Amino acid sequence: MTLFGYRVPMMTSLLVWCVVWEIVGRLDLVFLLPPFSDVLVAAVSLVQTPSWQTATVTTLRAFATGMALSIVIGVPLGILMGRVKIADDLLGMWVNIFSSAPLSAIVPVLMILFGFGEKTIVAAVFLFAIWIIVLDTRAGVRHISPSLIEMARSYGASRPALYSKIILWAALPEILAGIRLGLIRGVKGVVIGQLLVAIVGYGALFETFSRNFRMAEFWALTIMLFAFALLIAELIERAEAKVEYYAGARQ
Amino acid sequence: MGATALRNGPSPVPAPIDSIVEVREISKTYGNVEALRGIDLDFPRGKLTSLLGPSGCGKTTLLKIIAGLIPADGGTVAINGKHITAPGPERAFVFQDFALMPWATVMRNVAFGLELRGTNKAEREAIARRYIAEVGLAGFEDKYPHQLSGGMRQRVGLARALSVDADVLLLDEPFSAVDEQNRRKFQEDLIRLRTNQNKTFIFVTHSIEEAVYISDRIVLLSPRPGRVSQIIEPEIDRSGDPERIHRDRHYLDTVEEIWQGLKQYVE
Repeated sequence: MTLFGYRVPMMTSLLVWCVVWEIVGRLDLVFLLPPFSDVLVAAVSLVQTPSWQTATVTTLRAFATGMALSIVIGVPLGILMGRVKIADDLLGMWVNIFSSAPLSAIVPVLMILFGFGEKTIVAAVFLFAIWIIVLDTRAGVRHISPSLIEMARSYGASRPALYSKIILWAALPEILAGIRLGLIRGVKGVVIGQLLVAIVGYGALFETFSRNFRMAEFWALTIMLFAFALLIAELIERAEAKVEYYAGARQ
Repeated sequence: MGATALRNGPSPVPAPIDSIVEVREISKTYGNVEALRGIDLDFPRGKLTSLLGPSGCGKTTLLKIIAGLIPADGGTVAINGKHITAPGPERAFVFQDFALMPWATVMRNVAFGLELRGTNKAEREAIARRYIAEVGLAGFEDKYPHQLSGGMRQRVGLARALSVDADVLLLDEPFSAVDEQNRRKFQEDLIRLRTNQNKTFIFVTHSIEEAVYISDRIVLLSPRPGRVSQIIEPEIDRSGDPERIHRDRHYLDTVEEIWQGLKQYVE
């Protein structure tokens, strides 16, 4: 970004918005929006409370478990759909429906199935994240050049070798893109799940803060979640850039 | 015709004394398109045979049937007297679009055939290194395909085919995605390779000049349905300067003759 001929870092625009927030907050127009500096102060004291620390551990654990499940199940499912027509015909419709459906509506059903605990949150993360991983993996497998597969066959690749040495690697850029999008959706899943269950992790904290109008803490927690989602997306994007570099020669 | 031996007509050609690949009555239909009908061919050991014809004559299909990559609807293919229906270690394929793994180095790409056979790393890399040098890519072992030009990528494809030590090399229009200057150089190298390596080459091309330039034997295929229309054995002296071949009278006559035969298929 350049401004009046000077190069300014990308984060500058963020600073501008922080200043705007601070001014609007100080004007005391709506009690929902405390000054940004108050939010920062709240954030600092919040991270020192045991309730935040326990909530963070619970949330991270549920998120990690849900994501691990959706990657471990989603990637093989996507590969299967990309390679086997019958599997694609059978599952394609459902994957497409679930990837675009308003999943928040299903979370209460999950509560009935899995109870008011961490299992429901894990299921919510899984349900939010898996479909895009399946779809992107499938697209990646579909785009593998047929001659690469013929090459493996003509040099005597066994079926396991074909999958582990060619198909998985050739589809890796799309698989990683799917996982990145899945992670962002997974963050949504963990938040929505916890909000609806309301007695676990961040959901409980959000519930407490909003019910007692502790807006500074409420915003501090929201910003932390945003930052977390952006951070992991950024990390995956780095890995993707590296893979794209190698995949550059694909036709 | 002079020095050019010609056999006309689609009738089966009498088998040469030592043929490594025998194709009998091969037919293949895609939907309602008859790609190949009643192909009978023998490929002599140690020679370079080209399959030449206009697009749609089924030459790549025939090559992939010999490779065992596509099943034939009828007929048989025998290599060294043994019937085949799947790929095998006695054949190696060179692909039109190179078919290199973009995530792997030149070294790993060349050694990939051996890796699939379970050869240990040190041994397969020693073999691969030798063939990388053989095709003129010494020093590029650790580069990735996207760092190489089209011509160099196909050299990697060729080195991979050579390193598995197959008897028969199947080349599917290997130079069609390579620029003109590189193609010339490559054709010269192929002539040299053929004399050094005691291998049988089956070469698919749509370029008459290329076929005549490098082949011991040219099988002309006619389209719709693909059938053998003519077999030509250009008698061109390929010892000495490869540049001279392009001005050789037999070379020019053969190119002209084939063109006269193929003209009818071009609108």
